[in-house]
Amino acid sequence: MSDHDHDGHAHHQESFVRKYIFSTDHKVIGIQYGLTSLLFLLIGFSLMMLMRWQLAFPGEALPLIGSLFSDSTMPDGVMQPEFYNQLGAMHGTIMVFLGIVPLAVGAFGNYIVPLQIGAPDMAFPKLNMASYWVFFVGGLIMLSSFWLPAGAAKAGWTSYPPLADIETTGQTMWLFGMIFLITSSLLGAVNFLTTIIQLRAPGMTLWRMPFFVWAQLVTSFLLLLAFPPLEAAGVLQLFDRLVGTSFFLPSGLVVSGELLDVAGGGSPLLWQHLFWFLAHPEVYVLILPAMGIVAEIVANNTRKPLWGYRVMVYSVIFLGFMSFIVWAHHMFITGMGTALSGFFQITTMIISIPSVIILSALFLSLWGASLRFTTPMLFALAFLPMFGLGGLTGLPLGLAPTDIPLHDTMYVIGHFHYVVAPGTILALFAGIYYWYPKATGRMLNEPLGKIHFWGSAISMNFIFFPMLIQGLAGVSRRLYDGGASYEFAQDVIHYNETMSIAAWVLGLFQLPFIFNFFWSIWKGKKVENDNPWDATTLEWTATTSPPLGHGNFETAPTVYRGPYEYSVPGHDTDFYPQDQP
Amino acid sequence: MQIPYTVEARPDTGVNNAKLGVWLFLASEIMLFGGLFSAYIFLRVGSPEWPGDILGHTYTSASEILNVPLAFVNTIVLIASSVTIVLSWAALAMGNFKKYRIYMGLTVLAGFGFLIIKAIEYSDKFSHGYLPAENNFLGIYFVMTGLHALHVIGGMIVNGYFLGPGAKMWKSDPKRFMSRIEVAGLYWHFVDLVWIFLFPTIYLI
Repeated sequence: MSDHDHDGHAHHQESFVRKYIFSTDHKVIGIQYGLTSLLFLLIGFSLMMLMRWQLAFPGEALPLIGSLFSDSTMPDGVMQPEFYNQLGAMHGTIMVFLGIVPLAVGAFGNYIVPLQIGAPDMAFPKLNMASYWVFFVGGLIMLSSFWLPAGAAKAGWTSYPPLADIETTGQTMWLFGMIFLITSSLLGAVNFLTTIIQLRAPGMTLWRMPFFVWAQLVTSFLLLLAFPPLEAAGVLQLFDRLVGTSFFLPSGLVVSGELLDVAGGGSPLLWQHLFWFLAHPEVYVLILPAMGIVAEIVANNTRKPLWGYRVMVYSVIFLGFMSFIVWAHHMFITGMGTALSGFFQITTMIISIPSVIILSALFLSLWGASLRFTTPMLFALAFLPMFGLGGLTGLPLGLAPTDIPLHDTMYVIGHFHYVVAPGTILALFAGIYYWYPKATGRMLNEPLGKIHFWGSAISMNFIFFPMLIQGLAGVSRRLYDGGASYEFAQDVIHYNETMSIAAWVLGLFQLPFIFNFFWSIWKGKKVENDNPWDATTLEWTATTSPPLGHGNFETAPTVYRGPYEYSVPGHDTDFYPQDQP
Repeated sequence: MQIPYTVEARPDTGVNNAKLGVWLFLASEIMLFGGLFSAYIFLRVGSPEWPGDILGHTYTSASEILNVPLAFVNTIVLIASSVTIVLSWAALAMGNFKKYRIYMGLTVLAGFGFLIIKAIEYSDKFSHGYLPAENNFLGIYFVMTGLHALHVIGGMIVNGYFLGPGAKMWKSDPKRFMSRIEVAGLYWHFVDLVWIFLFPTIYLI
């Protein structure tokens, strides 16, 4: 902290590299995270658009771009099974670990949380920079594995052994990439928690924090405590692959007709336990920031306080705790015994309660409001029923008797995609439309935004709803030909074409968004004042849009009231900002 | 731009940023080693014998394979280093920088001592062909003690930095320097504590 910049203005001379590349400013890092993760979302989605060709038209040559691929992946444009498996594994990995989490936590968390609590920056700016660059390297490792001789990881995003133990080198790259991504998440989590606990502005008590900040707080706890066991599991799997140990390899394993030459005595189940101990809380890492974003936008566009803010906060904390003791509901068919299954069924049913409370509170917030149907609000409104559908379709998977026939079918895919795609991703889009003027000082174009919204929300349903139908008919989630060679699947495989076309249409409807995103940086409508949405939270009222350079606030804000004081009787405007006495 | 509470404690939480940060980091470290301890239990419960067959010989107790006296000496070395790092902090609190240097130097030295003893143990195993791939007991032994040794090395780098170039801060910002030593000490205690769990779990029971 040099002496000349204590006035908080951005006037100190920073080189381009320090200001935009190796920046320690949370806003720049947030934008870096945002652009990188949006790019990864596009890449992950493109992998899926390729897979959908093979599922809709198994064995047919991909027109136009098929010839661009190498002979080992798509000779004459026909997708090889090995390549299909790579696409599947990497689609999941990229979407979860490189797309949604960094966008929800890295980008929105970084940019918004310090502003909303009135902090000058994150508590550890250098650590924040390190967290982004470690994430970036992890992403590069993951992507580069496609260019290995045998291609990227093929054992699914869950990397179950023994398959993952005996996979080609792509899996080793996957593990190294994951270790980088986990490290990045841990650095970020420590930073967020310290920032929220320590750097709240005077008057910003815990009960005055916006729900988004609460959601990020709980999310960071999950990242902090759930990721390390996966790191341990990753190290063990690396040892299995590189040193020849058999932590996950049972005795007497036969591969391609030959007894595998290892000591044996390990357990594939051990991986599943360690993996799902992370990956179930991870589900809440995907959804909680999305709920936070939706809560902000719903309060702002209903012009009312959130219905049951305190109950929502208690629920989100309870969700956080419970998410650590539900992991084995992913493992009902492993034969872990009825007592354990019973325990995890009960905890799973319990954890649905706080989710339902939060969703209900958001629905009830709409009651009697004169809604402003802005683009962010449309996305936020669509989140509510879509996430609801995702949650409800999950109930049969949380009970062992119904999970056993549904396990590993397309039903599971339909269920969790409803949660993360029309659920989380729509909420993340809502966040982009809502906070874009904060970061750029210009609005995103509304008509283009509405085209983007309707196209995305409708086509997503045409992709994911047929999955539920196919799954109930028993179609497995991992079929290279989409079920064409299975007798029982014949009645439902015609949906594959519908779903694939819908996926490509969804791709087309992202074009207005991409255009809008870049065009509006220079040509978008300028905000008329610093608070274009007439919001109450600090990021809009206590600082300019876009915010100052390094330092955020011209004078440190003081907080006098709760986060959602909309339509306060007797006040001259219908919003009462947190920093107004 | 000045980030508040980097040195002085925030009144309502009672800690400064660095101390809270390191406690949170240690919580995640507990989960990391917790994951490995769980894996150890899982593998052990699933084996008919523990440690089991290694190179044609069946062992029924870890102490037949591992060198318990050496590991015991190592336990003493690490505990002693935890004491010296506290003394180094106490020396700073009394404004005695010379004494700080001595105690911090001893702490780093103890780290080296621990690693040397560990290296003797490892090379003894390697020279007899007791490699991680031979058996899951050896595998988890090498993973857990190896990861712990990496944590020792990390701590030594931090402590070494505060002994050498990092000590300049004592002149410019003594309060912040003390806070840093305290945080480094918390981490070093944690490394010590992990070993105190590792030693009986792997060597004795």
